[in-house]
Amino acid sequence: MDAALIPEGAKRCSFPKFMLGIAIVGAVLLWGVYAMLLCWFKGLNQTNMNDYYGFALWIWADLAVIAVGGGAFFTGLLKYIFKIDELKNIINFAVIIGFICYSSALLILAIDIGQPLRGWFIFWHANVHSMLTEVAFCLSCYFAVLTIEFIPNILENRQLNKVPFFHHLAHNMHGVMAIFAATGAFLSFFHQGSLGGVAGVMYGRPFAFREGLLIWPWSFFLFTWSAAAFGPCFTLLVTRITEAVTGKKLVKDNVIHLLAKISGWMIFTYMIAKIIDTWYWAYYTAPGLGFELSHFYTSNGFYGYWILVAEVIVCGVIPGLLLINKSTRENPTFRLIAIVLAVIGVCINRWVMVLQIMAVPVMPFDTWALYIPSWQEVATTILPVAYGIILIAVAYRYLPVFPQELELNRRSEVRES
Amino acid sequence: MFPFIFEWVWDIGHLLFFGGFWYAVGILGAGMTYCIAKAAWDTMNDSGESHH
Repeated sequence: MDAALIPEGAKRCSFPKFMLGIAIVGAVLLWGVYAMLLCWFKGLNQTNMNDYYGFALWIWADLAVIAVGGGAFFTGLLKYIFKIDELKNIINFAVIIGFICYSSALLILAIDIGQPLRGWFIFWHANVHSMLTEVAFCLSCYFAVLTIEFIPNILENRQLNKVPFFHHLAHNMHGVMAIFAATGAFLSFFHQGSLGGVAGVMYGRPFAFREGLLIWPWSFFLFTWSAAAFGPCFTLLVTRITEAVTGKKLVKDNVIHLLAKISGWMIFTYMIAKIIDTWYWAYYTAPGLGFELSHFYTSNGFYGYWILVAEVIVCGVIPGLLLINKSTRENPTFRLIAIVLAVIGVCINRWVMVLQIMAVPVMPFDTWALYIPSWQEVATTILPVAYGIILIAVAYRYLPVFPQELELNRRSEVRES
Repeated sequence: MFPFIFEWVWDIGHLLFFGGFWYAVGILGAGMTYCIAKAAWDTMNDSGESHH
């Protein structure tokens, strides 16, 4: 039964070994599900949120997975709209990673609203003056896009593809995928941007507030830009991890180099914009609101200048330079360092823009709010990671995710046999 | 979400928000309807020409 579902010619580990791995990760998943159920049945008192600090750890995870999941929309845009054909060899995996990231983001939001049965209120009774309403609309619609992009890959399963209707459906969906990809890029532009916009319009929080263009603060554009820049790095990182776990080369180097190069230039240009934005905010915006830069990085036990340096220089400028330079980009070790730093960098950015905002004192009588999450928050934040590992394992085992896998591994498999 | 819901107002905010929303939903719905209908048609008239 299991062997009949595995892509033809592909070599996979034994079924018991596969199930053992799934069971181990599944135990972590169940821990997260237990914490999630506690939040649903007992309420948000299971978290350490309070009236003063209203963002749980999972809100950072939510923004981080949306940012790193940006690889799906940007790779889709490059493949289907800009017609960069080499990317067809990694687009399936980018879509699966995006699907995992966005389904995780929606799950996190379902936990965060405390009353998931009322989740539909945001559509039915929409507040059209809220950027988060726009985020909810675009996030849900873009998840539908990712599902549509994932379906053809599922239908190409060895057994499903034998059903004529599924075979034709997969073929037809491939034919109009450019329309779905364009819709996905449109939706992503707005929801990625609005997540940044939410921070930028908070004039009561000088750490986050930014000037901008018309109704959009600069953070709107920076968030979209950073998701497009750093998202492909996450795709490359997960591809590298999958190659390490499976012990196989899954994507040819020219494809990896191309995506790394595009990502590198996106990161480099984003970092220029980010540095200008930070400089302007530090010297004009924040002082104009009565705050010196030192106010945001001193007098507390955690948030120092180190986090600014880590985000902008170590995990921003350095990976950008490593990826635009041909010799370092094509060196596997330097490339891996660059993509790991880049992924950490965008996660730090989302941390700063979500959690540090809430921690910084605003009023003269305020103090720093250094938040310690409850174990339920940690478990529900780890839950998407376990879910992602399981979905990737199942998809890799049963679906033709990597078109170049057979070609790249035929020689070594012949040698082994 | 719909004009028959009591909070609905015919203003620019509602038109922009829900215009964008229904535009995206419309494209996705129309695209999938086309794919499913064509797949049904192709299955009924299976010519064996579809390869990707």
